[in-house]
Amino acid sequence: MISLHHLSVGYGRRFLIEDASAEFVRSRLIALLGRNGAGKSTLLRAVAGLSKPLGGEVVVDGKNILALTPQERARFLAFVNTERVRVENLRCHDVVAMGRAPYTDWIGRLSAEDERIVEESLRLVGMESYINRPMDRMSDGECQRVMIARALAQDTPIILLDEPTSFLDLPNRYELCLLLAQLAHQQQKTIVFSTHELDIALELADDIALIDSPHLYYLPTPKMIGSGHIDRLFTSTNVTFDAQRRRVILS
Amino acid sequence: MMVGSVGLSAREVWQGLWGSDEASAATIKIVRHIRLLKAVVAILVGVALSVSGLQMQTVFRNPLAGPYVLGISSGASLGVALAVLGGPLLGIGASSMISSLGIIGAALVGSGAVLVLIAAFSARIKDIMVILILGMMFSSGVGAIVQILQYLSKEDALKSYVVWTMGSLGDVTPTQLWIMTIIVAVGLYLAIITIKPLNLLLLGEQYAVSMGLNMRRSRSLIFLSTTLLAGGVTAFCGPIGFIGLAMPHVARALISNSDHRYLMPAVVLVGAATMLLCDVVAKWLLLPINTITALLGIPIVIWVVLKYRS
Repeated sequence: MISLHHLSVGYGRRFLIEDASAEFVRSRLIALLGRNGAGKSTLLRAVAGLSKPLGGEVVVDGKNILALTPQERARFLAFVNTERVRVENLRCHDVVAMGRAPYTDWIGRLSAEDERIVEESLRLVGMESYINRPMDRMSDGECQRVMIARALAQDTPIILLDEPTSFLDLPNRYELCLLLAQLAHQQQKTIVFSTHELDIALELADDIALIDSPHLYYLPTPKMIGSGHIDRLFTSTNVTFDAQRRRVILS
Repeated sequence: MMVGSVGLSAREVWQGLWGSDEASAATIKIVRHIRLLKAVVAILVGVALSVSGLQMQTVFRNPLAGPYVLGISSGASLGVALAVLGGPLLGIGASSMISSLGIIGAALVGSGAVLVLIAAFSARIKDIMVILILGMMFSSGVGAIVQILQYLSKEDALKSYVVWTMGSLGDVTPTQLWIMTIIVAVGLYLAIITIKPLNLLLLGEQYAVSMGLNMRRSRSLIFLSTTLLAGGVTAFCGPIGFIGLAMPHVARALISNSDHRYLMPAVVLVGAATMLLCDVVAKWLLLPINTITALLGIPIVIWVVLKYRS
């Protein structure tokens, strides 16, 4: 479980989110929504303990996340960012094996158990046949799935993903989010992912965290749909979004 | 060890090395005190520069990073120039300042300072191209300062500096070799214990930290290692270009693996072998070692640039 206590994030002196409090509990898939530049990535980085918030704190297991050592943090929380990582000559297997770093020795030797987890993680994202393929010979979507397998191999109760569906085609977007939902429910993980896919989020996420700067609304999905926040936020001059029917309407 | 101003056969080298009765005193002297020493220096230089190049390329996630490009060698040059040229100008005794320890210290301080500077910039500026350009600008700036010092300096100080900049593997005394070996050994030790952080850094800083890397500690250790390796050999042998930049690419191409557990030993071997080869060619053609490493390294760098463009 991970909770935000009066958290404020932004950059420089500009606050994107002010005084947000929420509790992300176990066995839930949580979608983080917001317009471009609303602070989704900034919030995720702060929650992951990768950057200092402007105010308030992120608490995991009763402790401020910034008080943990990087290694302790890495056993609690895995993170997938939007960066397109593609390292030449680095095999799929080796990328996923890096997820075991918080558990391995000084030079990163893998035990039989580590190897099993690496293979299992690749299998979960449907990339088991790519195990020996170098990253420079994979598509963006395939690299993205390998990075997610790496986060799974980290074997943490919490996984944060920043726009994990951005390089994927339509079936793969659904497949990935179904996988995230399944992991959250079956392995009692807390999974938070930011996305612009409103339809997928409303369909598959248990809870919705919605950034309406400077507020963060956090509700179970049906309540969020009923609240009207989504329709209000995702509306511009020519476009409206109908959250009930999950449809975009052009005027 | 057969190549040099006096040609020796493999047999003579062997005999000279073990001091066999058939070898003349001159052969023993040449083989043991000159050729062997120089070969060991070449190996140390090749290994140190190549490993530091690998570290820089991984940490800055840039295929064109290297001790030379980032200005670390320039930092060492500035340190040495200040010690050798600036010292006498300020009226500090020239002979004591030019003592080898002074040069080593100056080179290490100079290269370390540059690395700290680059690290400070790179923490704020995410764009690695900016860092590289800053490194190049710094090198040019150092060039200008060194020229001013040269312009103001007396002939003898000037000469000892110019000789240092041409790079040489042969001017290392046995005592200096010990110091150099220790510096390189410590640098290599630090390089080996930071193999896991280097692997994690392949995916970028944010991922590395999210997988449990203590960024500040790892970066300090890696930079200290680079400073000792690149600064240390630069102090003794002058700035030797392109080895640090080119060798990691040769090693990667040879083993097709980016895992530092394999890449590091490969780089060590490739670096040592290449430097020995450069030394042999330099002796054959009677040219400064710097010119040979540049002529060998530049095509490799061009190949790398073309490869990453496509």
